[in-house]
Order: sequence, then structure tokens, then C-alpha cells
Amino acid sequence: MRALSSVVAFAFVACAHEGGYEPVVSGGDAKRGRQAIAELECGACHQIPGVPGAWGRVGPPLAEYRHNVYIAGKHPNVPDVLVRFVRDAPSLAPDTAMPAIEMSDTQARDVAAYLYSLE
Amino acid sequence: MSEARLQSVLHAAPGSGAELLSELGIVLYVGAAVTFVGVIALVLHATFTRRLRASTRAWVVGGGIVFPAITLFLLLNYSIAVGSAVSAIDSGSALRLLLDCFGIDSKARIPPPAPGALRIHVVGKQWWWDVRYEVRRGDTNSIVLANELRVPVDEPVELLLSSSDVIHSFWVPSLAGKVDMIPGRTNRLVIRTSEPGVYRGQCAEYCGGQHALMALYVIAQSRADFETWLERQAQSVEAPQDALLRSGYDAFFKGRCPECHAVRGTPANGVGGPDLTHVGSRHSLAAGTLRNHIGTLAGWIAGPQDIKPGNAMPDSEEYTGRELRALSVWLESLE
Repeated sequence: MRALSSVVAFAFVACAHEGGYEPVVSGGDAKRGRQAIAELECGACHQIPGVPGAWGRVGPPLAEYRHNVYIAGKHPNVPDVLVRFVRDAPSLAPDTAMPAIEMSDTQARDVAAYLYSLE
Repeated sequence: MSEARLQSVLHAAPGSGAELLSELGIVLYVGAAVTFVGVIALVLHATFTRRLRASTRAWVVGGGIVFPAITLFLLLNYSIAVGSAVSAIDSGSALRLLLDCFGIDSKARIPPPAPGALRIHVVGKQWWWDVRYEVRRGDTNSIVLANELRVPVDEPVELLLSSSDVIHSFWVPSLAGKVDMIPGRTNRLVIRTSEPGVYRGQCAEYCGGQHALMALYVIAQSRADFETWLERQAQSVEAPQDALLRSGYDAFFKGRCPECHAVRGTPANGVGGPDLTHVGSRHSLAAGTLRNHIGTLAGWIAGPQDIKPGNAMPDSEEYTGRELRALSVWLESLE
């Protein structure tokens, strides 16, 4: 845990130096996130770079997702909100076509971490 | 069961025809390898030995006529024996003797299905499988599903295979060999396994653009589980009371869904696409293309042409986000 928080702290410091915003999902692992996205088959609706078969066009493409300012055009694109959104979109955007997807909290964090890792 | 074992001739299900086929394969491969090494050894011997003491005539007659004649005779009989055991042919006494000679005892042999045994009609379509259980002789409309077969273990199940468009081929590598599905003709395949499990199959005859996305699952269960499942499948669907489910139900009829899909118990009786009466209970969507959950259901309804371009289902454009979600919830509830 200490190692993790120091990594997070380092990430913030590192970004501060570069002057760009680097969203970090605490407890999220991008590599596991990619796996989770493949298993949950988010690609049925989204184009997601790095995930085989993810070429859906029902929802928005998710390349360079960290540069989006809003999630679903409504909420600020910050880690806590994205973690909640990937798992339970209707609670944040009642009119969305994206259903609440059954996944664990860790999976949601991993998925968000992967989305933020997309350059 | 790991993904690799789901669909593999190298992992034949115990008590299945595929097990006998894989034994035959091993005998052929190992036999061919041994023969090949032997021939090469003789070639090298003949090349590097200055003065051959061997009798040329004996080698030509022995190695060129007697050995292949005996080997091929035995292999031919062995493969006929395996073929008969796999095809569940009612074996006469001569054939039974042949089977015994090659150690295919009565346990490994797939018996012909008894009258009244489970019979399933599978029709290949571009690019999915229409599956109908013949619950009573002649009645194939009471239990209809798609892209999935459930069978009880330890019982031979008779599959009647046909096609309504082009040639397909039914192949579940862990259970049996390939059998073609030919328009205007019905082929027969008997499958059996002694181990409950999930086995994946795939169309094995190129049948058009989405041939690669035409898969199915065979789920083997204990007789008791199978009975429970069958009972559930026989039930029809009632219009839901719950508000969310009801709006999904209404969305189904607002759209063009019923033109092609049937849901038993409702006015939907289309025949062009898969029966959706118990779609929520199925292992996969779009013939093994997607796992079956609410997210993939919504994605498939909204954008089937992105997922499986050229398939018969059009992208839906008439639903609001809420309607699409409600429709997915309702379909998922049809277990």
C-alpha cells in the first residue's frame, strides 16, 4: 500500500513537472483492465485500441479517453467518476443507452485505469 | 475448463466418438512415423554399406508387398471398426467381432439410440444454428433454441442435421467428427459423452462472410439437471408486470424485432431469426460471438452490423437509450 501511494504521489509530482494532467486511478491496473475489457466485451459497443475485436460503434470510441473533458457530456472526466460510470452508467446519466454492467470494484478501477492509459 | 480445451480434437470428451477418433489418429501418426524412420534407416543402410548381403528379392517382396498389404489391411479394418463405433451403427455379429479384435469394447462403442431417445434437429443458417428438440415424435416446435444444445450425459443423442441455405458443417471437435449440413438432405450424427461440461463447436464448411463467427456450444449435464432445464424451456413467456421489464417488452414490439424473432407466449412469432423465448439462459449471443450479458445484448441489438457485418439483423435505430436498456433487461430476464 505504501509502495502504491508513493507511486501515486510520484505520478502526481512527475505530472506537475510536465505541466500536463495525468489521471491516476488508485488501485487500478491498466494491464488487468485490458483483460477485463476483453472479458466483459465492452468492444461490442466501443472502439478500444489494444483490445482485439473492439470495434463497436454503438457508443463513442474510447481512444485518447484521458483527453475527453466530460464523461457522457455531463460529468467531469476524473478517475472517481469514471470508475463509477463504467460500472453503473445509468446512475450518472439516466438517459444513457449504456446499461449497468456487473463487475467488481477492482474490475471497474482496472477498466478506468486502462482507458486513461490510452494515448 | 480452459478455453483451449473447449474446442480441441486433442482433448476428446470421455466416452465420446471423438475419443475413438483421437485414438485412431494417434495410431496412424505414430505408425506412420515409425514406418518413415524405418524406411529412412534402410535407405541410409543401403547407401553406406559397400557390399549388401541382403537378398534383394526378399526385401522387395517383404517390404514392398507383404508389409504394406498386412498393415493396410489391418488399418482399413481398424478404421472401419472405429467408423462403425462412432456412427452408432447397429452392429451385426461380424462387425462386433471386428470391433472386439481392435479392442473397441461395448463400453466405448456408441449404441444406436433406443426408440424414444432424445432427438434434436439442427438446421444450419447463415450464420447461426436453429435447434429444435423433438419432444414428442413429429413435434419440433415446443422447444426451440439457437446456437446451443443441452444433452444429458451417458446417453446417445441423435442429431438430425440439415441446412436451409448453403452447405454448413456441424463440428464439435471434442465430441465427434464433422458432419456436413446439406440443403435438401438430412444427415445423422449420434453424440455421447460421459462427462458433464461445455464443449464448443464451429461451422467447418465455408458458408459465407461470417463463417468464422458461426459457433455453438454443447452443454452436457446430468439427467436431473437436463430434465429441469427442459421443463424450463417448455414454459412460455408472459407479459411482465414490473414497470422496467414492461417497457422493455413494449420496446420489443415497437421495433421490428417480431418480424424475425419468436417469443413463445407473446404475439411475436417471426421465423427468420433465432427464437428468443429463453435467450437469457443461453451461453452466448450471435452464434458464439459474444458472451451473453446485458451489455452485449444492448450492443448486439443496437449494432449487429458492426459486430457481424452482413448478417441478417439490421442495426436498430428506433430506440432511445432508456428503451434499449429496458429491452436488454427484459431479454436478459427470459431465462
